[in-house]
Amino acid sequence: MSDTSSPAALVLEDGRVFPGEAYGARGASFGEVVFCTAMTGYQETLTDPSYHRQIVVQTAPQIGNTGWNGEDDESARIWVSGYVVRDPARVPSNWRSTGTLDAALVDGGVIGISGVDTRSLTRHLRERGAMRAGVFSGEALRDRDAMVARVLESPKMAGSELAGEVTTAEAYVVPADGERRFRVAAIDLGIKSNTPRMLAARGVETHVLPSTATIDDVLAVEPDGVFLSNGPGDPATADGPVALTRAVLEREIPLFGICFGNQILGRALGLDTYKLRYGHRGVNIPVIDVATGKVAITSQNHGFALAGEPGKPFDTPFGAAEVSHYCPNDGCVEGVRALDVPAFSVQYHPEAAAGPHDAADLFDRFAELMEGNR
Amino acid sequence: MAKREDIKHVLVIGSGPIVIGQACEFDYSGTQACRVLREEGIRVSLVNSNPATIMTDPEFADATYIEPITPEFVEKVIAAERPDAILATLGGQTALNTAVALHERGTLAKYDVELIGADIDAIQRGEDRQKFKDIVAEIGGETPRSRVCHSMAEVRETVEELGLPVVIRPSFTMGGLGSGLAYTAEDLERLASLGLTESPVTEVLIEESVLGWKEFELELMRDKRDNVVVICSIENIDAMGVHTGDSVTVAPAMTLTDREYQHMRDVGIDVLRAVGVETGGCNIQFAIHPQTGRMVVIEMNPRVSRSSALASKATGFPIAKIAAKLAIGYTLDEITNDITKETPASFEPTLDYVVVKVPRFAFEKFPGADPTLTTTMKSVGEAMAIGRSFPEALGKALRSMETKAAGFWTTPDPDPVTLDGAIDALRTPHDGRLYTLERALRMGATIDEVHQASGIDPWFIDQIAALEELRAEIIDAPVLDGLLLRRAKRSGLSDRQIAALRPELAGEDGVRTLRHRLGVRPVYKTVDTCAAEFAATTPYHYSAYELDPDAETEVAPQRDRPKVLILGSGPNRIGQGIEFDYSCVHAAMALREAGFETVMVNCNPETVSTDYDTSDRLYFEPLTFEDVLEVVHAEQVSGTVAGVVVQLGGQTPLGLAQRLADAGVPIVGTPPEAIHLAEDRGAFGDVLTGAGLPAPKYGTATSFAGAKRIADEIGYPVLVRPSYVLGGRGMEIVYDEGSLAGYIERATEVSPEHPVLVDRFLDDAIEIDVDALCDGTEVYLGGVMEHIEEAGIHSGDSACALPPITLGKMDLDAVRRSTEAIAFGVGVRGLLNVQYALKDDVLYVLEANPRASRTVPFVSKATAAPLAKAAARVMLGATIAELRAEGMLNAVGDGAELPEGAPVAVKEAVLPFHRFRTKDGQGVDSLLSPEMKSTGEVMGIDYSFGTAFAKSQTASYGSLPGSGKVFVSVANRDKRAIIFPVKRLADLGFEILATSGTALVLRRNGIPCTVVRKHFEGADNIVDLIRAGEVAMVVNTPYGNHGPRVDGYEIRTAAVSRDIPCITTIQGAAAAVHGIEAMIRDDIGVRPLQELQRALRAEMAGE
Repeated sequence: MSDTSSPAALVLEDGRVFPGEAYGARGASFGEVVFCTAMTGYQETLTDPSYHRQIVVQTAPQIGNTGWNGEDDESARIWVSGYVVRDPARVPSNWRSTGTLDAALVDGGVIGISGVDTRSLTRHLRERGAMRAGVFSGEALRDRDAMVARVLESPKMAGSELAGEVTTAEAYVVPADGERRFRVAAIDLGIKSNTPRMLAARGVETHVLPSTATIDDVLAVEPDGVFLSNGPGDPATADGPVALTRAVLEREIPLFGICFGNQILGRALGLDTYKLRYGHRGVNIPVIDVATGKVAITSQNHGFALAGEPGKPFDTPFGAAEVSHYCPNDGCVEGVRALDVPAFSVQYHPEAAAGPHDAADLFDRFAELMEGNR
Repeated sequence: MAKREDIKHVLVIGSGPIVIGQACEFDYSGTQACRVLREEGIRVSLVNSNPATIMTDPEFADATYIEPITPEFVEKVIAAERPDAILATLGGQTALNTAVALHERGTLAKYDVELIGADIDAIQRGEDRQKFKDIVAEIGGETPRSRVCHSMAEVRETVEELGLPVVIRPSFTMGGLGSGLAYTAEDLERLASLGLTESPVTEVLIEESVLGWKEFELELMRDKRDNVVVICSIENIDAMGVHTGDSVTVAPAMTLTDREYQHMRDVGIDVLRAVGVETGGCNIQFAIHPQTGRMVVIEMNPRVSRSSALASKATGFPIAKIAAKLAIGYTLDEITNDITKETPASFEPTLDYVVVKVPRFAFEKFPGADPTLTTTMKSVGEAMAIGRSFPEALGKALRSMETKAAGFWTTPDPDPVTLDGAIDALRTPHDGRLYTLERALRMGATIDEVHQASGIDPWFIDQIAALEELRAEIIDAPVLDGLLLRRAKRSGLSDRQIAALRPELAGEDGVRTLRHRLGVRPVYKTVDTCAAEFAATTPYHYSAYELDPDAETEVAPQRDRPKVLILGSGPNRIGQGIEFDYSCVHAAMALREAGFETVMVNCNPETVSTDYDTSDRLYFEPLTFEDVLEVVHAEQVSGTVAGVVVQLGGQTPLGLAQRLADAGVPIVGTPPEAIHLAEDRGAFGDVLTGAGLPAPKYGTATSFAGAKRIADEIGYPVLVRPSYVLGGRGMEIVYDEGSLAGYIERATEVSPEHPVLVDRFLDDAIEIDVDALCDGTEVYLGGVMEHIEEAGIHSGDSACALPPITLGKMDLDAVRRSTEAIAFGVGVRGLLNVQYALKDDVLYVLEANPRASRTVPFVSKATAAPLAKAAARVMLGATIAELRAEGMLNAVGDGAELPEGAPVAVKEAVLPFHRFRTKDGQGVDSLLSPEMKSTGEVMGIDYSFGTAFAKSQTASYGSLPGSGKVFVSVANRDKRAIIFPVKRLADLGFEILATSGTALVLRRNGIPCTVVRKHFEGADNIVDLIRAGEVAMVVNTPYGNHGPRVDGYEIRTAAVSRDIPCITTIQGAAAAVHGIEAMIRDDIGVRPLQELQRALRAEMAGE
């Protein structure tokens, strides 16, 4: 690292510059800079479509220790637009490792920066909020004002419709493990590989449909249930999926949503969304189930949230609904449930890759909901 | 859910004396528990025999019983206190075992006491190997595969399936007898057939070996609503086969992908639920095959542990504190995270730094002990370090150890170093293996070669290889520029290490000067449980170097209150342990109350001092000159530093005093020049001469010839030792010229800079220890302790009584006069410890230490006077008169003038000999000597010496005997005095064994006894009998000056190794008899310290 090191800079839209060394590909790239506090799972994080157009800062300082393997990708490519770390590994070590993180970043054309005081950066983002930024290295490294100007030219996250950029071009089917018990239409707003895997393990045949799918496309699958995936961007822009969701609710087809899907269901039920100052990105975030009072430690990755009050029922065009889950750290809405139609969603990631498996039983609940609807 | 309202009174069981494997981490956990429970309005009773703990301070519980932690005594406490519940999961294995015993003897049912935290079933499920294996299998996890075999045919069949090596464990043998590891078919035949023979049921367990697998631990917590969180993952750098307490460990785990980590987390949570620990913390160990990733569960502890103390300090999540809250009914989401003050405790801490723990060993104290690290823990302490990267944390941890080597390259390589030699050495786990690893890399070993030899993961090896490359860069650089220096510091290198690579910089001071000139200084980050996601309100800091010269430091300005820095005592070791932490914590409490901002600097994760609740600010930093100086600087930038306290943390901070003062740091209390006066033998001699105080004749020698000349002049026996020592390191009593020559030869470091002191040894003297406080005008004697053992045993290893049991007023007056003369002569401001020997009515001064001693907590508890608190105040300008007026110290009198009705406190040492074995498996020499070897101590306190003594013996050995054989052998001058106590023992039904001389006297006095041979009189002698376990107690007074006292030492050694009491004085014998009588009558009561102190204070005030 030392002999080949060349300077790089992370430049924030508020003018703050964090110096470091070039890592991964060289050049310039832009996005919303956000921090992720997970200590494991960088491979899953990097390949999570929800991070599309974001520059991810890892608060864990030693990154790349387990290299890169052929099994842990959450999609077909790395989605982050930039990667900020403190100490990348020189020699990875893990029995499943087939390459290095550095090589994976270079292959994916992902511009990274290492040697950054990531803690100062995180504290800055915590106080000022997530914002636009750019990573500059190689020939793209210019004087500060020029780099700040380029950052200010880049698009903002609020108001961005990004699901269309990450969704599958063609519908495809992930078969059930063993006997097929249910057929699910999954709307790909940025779906991760582990979701169909989790469904398959419960006897679900998953028909992954593009984000532009219509109610007719969904009905054509003859689904037992509909799934709304996670995904990037501002949920306020997702009018298409919201309309689709309303159509599903009208027909009382069992529906389950996660993350972005939670915001879609919430909007369909009449709730508003707003942008969090710096979001929830990590694998240690507590969520309380209002009904049981139990805590699940969850994997999360969201910069927007639904507005609502935990435990309080509210009226919707589809009958009563309630905020079923919340985060005790800040009271943020973490799940909603319709009481008169078979639909629920959570803001976190029960498929949890990376992250703890505490919420995996939500897939069972979805299966039960479909079972009960027969 | 909230707190249970039916629990109004909880009994907390502590862990007793510090022993290897059970140290001050349980003072930390117990103290937290007591604090939490009382905050919740619950009455807390506590039982713990260890006086050196903070938890046994009277203000931490409503009723503190410094009593032996045996089922018998704890039952007495239960009968007296009638608690609603017992919390036994915070006092280590001792407390857990006691809880099980209380259950088994029906005590819990009888008094209707509930066990909270973990119940009996859960404890047994966690501890019973087979039950535990079954549970893991039920939840779908794996343990090492094994099968019970009854014949060699079955054994061979099993091994065919498991493959070699295998572990062989014979069933129902004592202490692991016959167990072993078979690497080859020959080993297997030999060990398994032996095992089958040894087993009374002809049964052996053949278990797959996981030697060399990667080792991990998880610390988990569960509440009664079944919420489970993982607090911390820990990875052992040393592979399976080395006890985790002896391994270098890292948090969080460094070499697991999320998939593997989550699998481990899932299994851990399932195991915790299946074992059924209802609330609280637990620790689970895992092994992972490095090539296949197969994971097996090794074991779990259904309680807080050393690892949970480490995890608490590593993450900022106080496991014991939360465990106490969960035990009384709270759920995790109802408890606020102390550090963020906004978010709940129901989350999993995430780290943006790396933590490294390194064990501290004491093999040099136990000559002949095999230093190979195995599954039996041998380390006596540990240091933890926090850095922003692994190498930074490792560097800090290595220099926290206070061993000769303070990080790579700080000591010369042992020669000759060869590549093959270094690689070969890596195959055997040993203290300092990472140094060997670094040498191997430096000699050209590849990462793979090192990995093959050591089993250490390549990632860690590469991290050290990177340091190796950096080393070459530093050596080769034309000039050490700012960037390179910054990179070196960022990789954890100390100024001293850099100085070793760049001799032209004129040492550590030169590097520091250059570094400061280039503006390369550390920033201080915060341990906040959440990787900066939320604002932290607790200033728990660690230093780090960043490449960015404008990197942010998180030390907040504070200009309202003057600051006092308290330097702790670093890793526990023999001679410097929890007692010093006690004093540091007291200073923090007293000074905070007096209006100072208190700032603690320490690197020992086991302690109360490194609890972020203890001081206003905590710096988890090595106690080296460089690291302390940078902390001082950071605090000076933050506000006004009134002073640095160096005299409470033992020799470690005291040793920094002069250099800190020279660097302009204000040292409060006894100034460095005065410290020098007490520590330099010549200067101290002048102080004594000036005051007319006698000291044993002595001389200083730098060669054998010089030492011989001195010894000839003052006469043998002589006491020889290196200058500037703690815990009597390298101290010996030498009886003749031959042994003197041998000593000088072994003490290889004898030189003009490191002379040897040769003192006259006062045989047959009474040793007296004094802790005193001096403010410059008045001396307050904290306590005068009389040793019960013969002279010549290190004060830390001998029992003592307070108030002294045989000293008269004249003796005490002499002690007072002498102590005052020394305190004023040296110029003490604060604490002073003086050791005297009283022989033939002359009081000789043996040595004086101008610092807190090991006995400060014992004295404070016995005399109801918080000496360390008072000392801290005196150091910052208060007078003893003021402290008397405030009520901190007694208004009149002091610890040397205790009233007649004062309770008697007896301190007894606890020794670790049974932990060590020689290479061929024999027990090590357990001879007590002037060199300290004990790891801990207990206190017995009661209104008579006999009962106090009995309690001290019970707490340290198990118990005084109620029946059996007592061996008696006494010096001629003691024969008259021994008759009465021995008669009493015979009347009580003991069988008396005696050597011929003693037997003659006893029989003449109508005491029936059996003659046994002395040690050198052939087979079946007394030492053999003791070793065979046939003797219940030994009474053996030394024979005076008639030649070497080896016979007595051999007997003592045997007694110690059998854990039976060995009485070496007439006073002790009388006391033991008194104690035995009280035990047989079963009228030894228990009394809370609060009650004893209240009565004492009232009596001293003349009420």
